[in-house]
Amino acid sequence: MQLAGNRFADTSAAFGNDLYTLPSFPAEIRAPAGTLPGVSSFQIQIADWDISTSGDRPDCMVAMNPAALKSNIADLRQGGTLIVNNEAFDERGLAKAGYEDNPLIDGSLNQYDMIQIPMNTLTKEAVADKVSGRSVLRSRNFVALGFLAWLFQRPLEPIKTWTNTKFARIPNVAEANLAALKAGYNFGVTTEASRTIFKVNPATLPVGTYTNLTGNTALAWGLIAASYCAKLPLFYGSYPITPASDILHELARHKRLGVRTFQAEDEIAAVGAAIGASFGGSLAVTGSSGPGIALKSEAISLALTAELPLLVVNVQRAGPSTGMPTKPEQTDLLFSLFGRHGESPMPVIACSTPSDVVETTIEAARIALKYMTPVILLSDNHIANGSEPWSIPDAGSLPDISVPFASAPNGANGQYLPYLRDFNTFSRPWAIPGTKGLEHRIGGLEKENISGNISYNPENHQLMTDSRAWKVANIANDVPAVEVSGELDADLLVLSWGSSKGTVGAACRNLNREGYKIAYAHLRYLNPLPANLGEVVHSYEKLMIPELNMGQLRYIIRANYLKDAVGLNKVAGTPFYIGEIRDKILEIVEP
Amino acid sequence: MSNVTYKRTDLQSDQEVRWCPGCGDYTILASVQTFMAQMGVRRENIVVVSGIGCAARLPYYMKTYGFHTIHGRAPAIATGLAASRPDLSVWVVTGDGDALSIGGNHLIHALRRNANIKILLFNNQIYGLTKGQYSPTSEVGKRTKSTPFGSIDYPFNPVSLALGAEATFVARTIDMDRNHTQQILAEAVNHRGSVFIEIYQNCNVFNDKAFIQLTGKTERVTNRINLQDGKPVVFGRSGENCVVMEDGEARIKPTASVSKDQILVHDPTRDNPSVAFSISRLAHGPFGPTPLGVFRKVRRPTYGAEMQLQIVESQDRGPGDLDALFSSIGTWTVT
Ligand code: SF4
Repeated sequence: MQLAGNRFADTSAAFGNDLYTLPSFPAEIRAPAGTLPGVSSFQIQIADWDISTSGDRPDCMVAMNPAALKSNIADLRQGGTLIVNNEAFDERGLAKAGYEDNPLIDGSLNQYDMIQIPMNTLTKEAVADKVSGRSVLRSRNFVALGFLAWLFQRPLEPIKTWTNTKFARIPNVAEANLAALKAGYNFGVTTEASRTIFKVNPATLPVGTYTNLTGNTALAWGLIAASYCAKLPLFYGSYPITPASDILHELARHKRLGVRTFQAEDEIAAVGAAIGASFGGSLAVTGSSGPGIALKSEAISLALTAELPLLVVNVQRAGPSTGMPTKPEQTDLLFSLFGRHGESPMPVIACSTPSDVVETTIEAARIALKYMTPVILLSDNHIANGSEPWSIPDAGSLPDISVPFASAPNGANGQYLPYLRDFNTFSRPWAIPGTKGLEHRIGGLEKENISGNISYNPENHQLMTDSRAWKVANIANDVPAVEVSGELDADLLVLSWGSSKGTVGAACRNLNREGYKIAYAHLRYLNPLPANLGEVVHSYEKLMIPELNMGQLRYIIRANYLKDAVGLNKVAGTPFYIGEIRDKILEIVEP
Repeated sequence: MSNVTYKRTDLQSDQEVRWCPGCGDYTILASVQTFMAQMGVRRENIVVVSGIGCAARLPYYMKTYGFHTIHGRAPAIATGLAASRPDLSVWVVTGDGDALSIGGNHLIHALRRNANIKILLFNNQIYGLTKGQYSPTSEVGKRTKSTPFGSIDYPFNPVSLALGAEATFVARTIDMDRNHTQQILAEAVNHRGSVFIEIYQNCNVFNDKAFIQLTGKTERVTNRINLQDGKPVVFGRSGENCVVMEDGEARIKPTASVSKDQILVHDPTRDNPSVAFSISRLAHGPFGPTPLGVFRKVRRPTYGAEMQLQIVESQDRGPGDLDALFSSIGTWTVT
């Protein structure tokens, strides 16, 4: 289903729609097909305007078998178009999904506009002379895709090109898939099966060249771009973990851009190797998800006290422990802020949508390098696997974030002082091995201010602790102020962070159009918080904070600004729906 | 690498050395500094990485680049450094607790990858920094603060472990014998890839005389089995004992009881590590006849060089281009 979904996204992008996709994978890797745990789904919203979510309730749904129907039908809006492969609704299929009666005939689906397509027969007929045996029914998805292409009036060319490239080495499979595609399309043309043909015109996106990017690919590209902007080689240390592994896969392909990837023996080695590479002068990155980040915690504190630049990417998933690895959550915010021993403040910044990831990644690298500090960069399952059109910038227009290495002694008598801080940033110089005359030793023991020698002096420890904290706090003056959108003079401010941005923005914009006064703002910087945030939250009577956790940002806002907030909190394995945000807002504004 | 030579003092940092008086670490530090002064590598290209423990303080005393990191992780940190900077001479200084207990995983993986790092494991068979608990190389039955009834942990033989991980250079030496230590270092420095050197190190405070069988004036004569490339393995005051391979294992025999061609001729370059492993099994600890020297020395591509090669080969087709990357998966234009 992922294949069909992605091809539909491609052809919609080529057609000029704005789009936003949300795939959902079975939690179990080899859950048997046709059973409820085995259902894999793909949701896409396409529009002729600028959208920011994958949509709440689909207008149209394809169910390839009874299990797929059962686990998703509740989402389809009343009166929506339901396309089913009726031949999958045999006794065996129904039993596997736990249906006692056949829903196609028992009237339970009467509220939908149902189109039944004999996909097995269509597939068999279409591919008969091309493939045989078990391969035959594999092309079923292309029948569904072909029918959708007709129903939504999509061009077939992008799908054909992709199929011919993908299956270039097995041309008979390519032909079978294209025949099935055609059969599905023709089924629409000849039966005029639907009462509604969906016409979604091209969106009026800003002028530019676009590509459709998932958050994980965007993160990998963002890292490559950051290394380009920093003029440093990229080193990525990682250990496979859902849902971060695709970043490793993508980076591993780009040796030509000088990328070094290191698949470590464990999470600790992954961050350790990155710290070693940072000591050696690379733009060093480690990536994982919550459980892996927990293992890295001690090493991150080393980078923090050694004051070495390091990016720590956390693609959040539902926890704690193994939790629900394929489902999104924003539950690692407090962990990111506080999950280390000792006094160990460090910058935390969060991506919000797939199209925002490249820029946010470059920004995280900028902060890490300029302030010689590890930085946590948050993404989540929703961003990582969702996709969105991204307006491609010119490489030449990207910011210069390079920081010069120390090249000469900075102390008296040719001495190098690794902890002599910059007056403005409080950052320390970065001297890398190979630089003559700057040989020095650093480590996890407390260092004497300026000289970096081991020091157990109590006043010095206080001074170094204060310096590290001040250095990070001061970054607030180097990041943009938080901007409020919508009706600025509203009573209610809705504050979001991370992947809820699109949904919150959409809900608020809709309500504003209906005449409700709502202000909304989004946070990219979670530590330090933007300098004006306290003033902003206090200038609204009511504050609402929706998060896919049990109230972590709310806790931070209360703690920092003594400002109370109403939470909208859920951890149900799905992103927010616009409707959920809307309902909560209405509850607050018209009690 | 250039032909620069230094005096030993050129390798000494200005920091006061703070091990317990009489600790074997002093001797090893002197051997390392003396050796590095004339190994032909500029000191700005040397990096000493360590974890936690008494031994791990060593980088602070070296006038090179140094990184004193966290417990057990030095091999991983050094691997990242060496892989991203193949131009550097990267050394790891570790101890038996650091390398074999908390950091065991990183040690074996660094060795199997053949990362271009030189690991010096100071084995004193005790936890010194935390004041005297048994370590993963302490003998069974050892009474310490944490094992008042005697240790029930079966110890590692570090050389066997390294050979099991198929390390490409494996050796053992002893703190007191500075000449031997420097000989081994000299052989190690020219080896490309992972070097593993176990250095028996006396902790005179918590485990004094643990190596007396190899350092005592009379004992060492009978117990040191010096492995020498291409030489028959004989030892003792007048070569009265020897090592033979029998039933697939190395055994000690009176030299007089075997014919000359039965005596094992040491060849550390054997690709298969099993003979080297057998030799390492002659002693499970320094309690009797114990082999010292280079057990294994074979060539295998290094991790960092292979990583570099993949990059260079990819770039032979022209360097990568960010604009090309951005438009590599299909684009469309809105005008
Ligand atoms: S505790 Fe033992 S190993 Fe540590 S410095 Fe003292 S004598 Fe040396």
